[in-house]
Amino acid sequence: MWHYANPKTFLDTASRFEPWLWGLASFLIAGGLYAAFFLAPIDYQQKDSVRIMYVHVPSAWMSMFIYGVMAVASIVGFAFKHPLADVAAKAAAPIGAAFTFVCLVTGSLWGRPMWGTYWEWDARITSVFVLFLLYLGYIALWRAIEDPTRAAKAAAILCLVGVINIPIIRFSVDWWNTLHQPASVFRLDGPTIHPSMLWPLLVMGLGFTVLSFALLLLRMRTEVLERRLRALRLRAGGG
Amino acid sequence: MRGFVAVLLRDLQLAVRAGGGAMLSLIFFASVVLLVPLGVGADHKLLAKAAPGLLWVAAALAVLLSLDRLFQADFEDGSLEQMTLGTAPLELIVLAKVLAGWLTTGLPLTVASPFFALQLHLEGEAALMLTLTLLIGTPGLSLVGAIAAALTLSVRRGGLLLSLLVLPLYVPFVIFGAGAVAAKVAGLSAVFALYMLGGLSALALVLALFAGAAALRLNLG
Repeated sequence: MWHYANPKTFLDTASRFEPWLWGLASFLIAGGLYAAFFLAPIDYQQKDSVRIMYVHVPSAWMSMFIYGVMAVASIVGFAFKHPLADVAAKAAAPIGAAFTFVCLVTGSLWGRPMWGTYWEWDARITSVFVLFLLYLGYIALWRAIEDPTRAAKAAAILCLVGVINIPIIRFSVDWWNTLHQPASVFRLDGPTIHPSMLWPLLVMGLGFTVLSFALLLLRMRTEVLERRLRALRLRAGGG
Repeated sequence: MRGFVAVLLRDLQLAVRAGGGAMLSLIFFASVVLLVPLGVGADHKLLAKAAPGLLWVAAALAVLLSLDRLFQADFEDGSLEQMTLGTAPLELIVLAKVLAGWLTTGLPLTVASPFFALQLHLEGEAALMLTLTLLIGTPGLSLVGAIAAALTLSVRRGGLLLSLLVLPLYVPFVIFGAGAVAAKVAGLSAVFALYMLGGLSALALVLALFAGAAALRLNLG
């Protein structure tokens, strides 16, 4: 783990891996989209709008997965003071926020023909919305504190408080939903999904995961270079 | 323990004396209650239906507005750093300051809440249930808020950032607090929601002590 604490080693390794990740992500997503649009059958109830699912559900997976990545990076950064872990946590947040946003927008577009409304205060939508706000708060905290070491620690504390709270928020929103609405909403996914629909979904999910890692490496390299630039500027300014 | 009592008494004195603003949250709460009927209309049924959620949202906002005072002044004039030099652990100082904050924001609000409930046509047992939920829930709001207040301590004009960090974490409190009152209004059992609210406040206590103190150390170090 400490091998990559050296920025030079990390930059070299990351630059070597990145093209492969981009290639693999493009291949998987292109294949997944082709399968989603042309191979997967239309749903007898949802007709063609079921195809939104192939973007929507993987985005939802990513929105949670990336928060998990951030949490692990925060723990490593906070407990072991690994500099690269802080960079990883910072770099992951906007990617996670973007996937969460895509998830909300595609869900809303799917909801219009299906539920007759762009926004339903359903338990899932509501908790994804809260997750989106948590991401934004995390990003805002990073941007508000100038000193990177201090910002990293503050953001790590916030991220871990968020990790403890996410299941509680999810549970409370579920409870709230049963209190305020009859469970009439049609569920998008479930255990009964047919294999002909499942495999394009999994390909897309895998593609999104690889894409996330490619973006993460790119953003981490940018961050490391930016810090180096900042250090050079400070040195030049100091004489 | 002596350090705890000393910080508690000092903060209470500062709050009740001139410029302390002990009752400001209560006045804020009253103003929100005034604006609502003016905004949505004075229909009794509508107000009574909206009252549990409304009063809980108003309480959450009132607590939120008091948060930037919690550590800020003591951080700026250096007294927070002085407090850490004593024998009392930082966790205990956080607890003392949050308790003093709650006694001057959450508690007055809780005590006055039945009157506001009556203004919004929430009557009898439902009004008492509102008071009970606020009594259990507002300490949790102050505790969770203390974490964010400590995190944003060194941020200039961090008020808006503070609300962005805190409000998503208030979601469960508002749901179970207002939920218990709404259940009472509907004639259902509110016991589950009350237990959940108590659990949330207890968890907030643990979280606030460790995360709050860690965040303070970060800004003092």
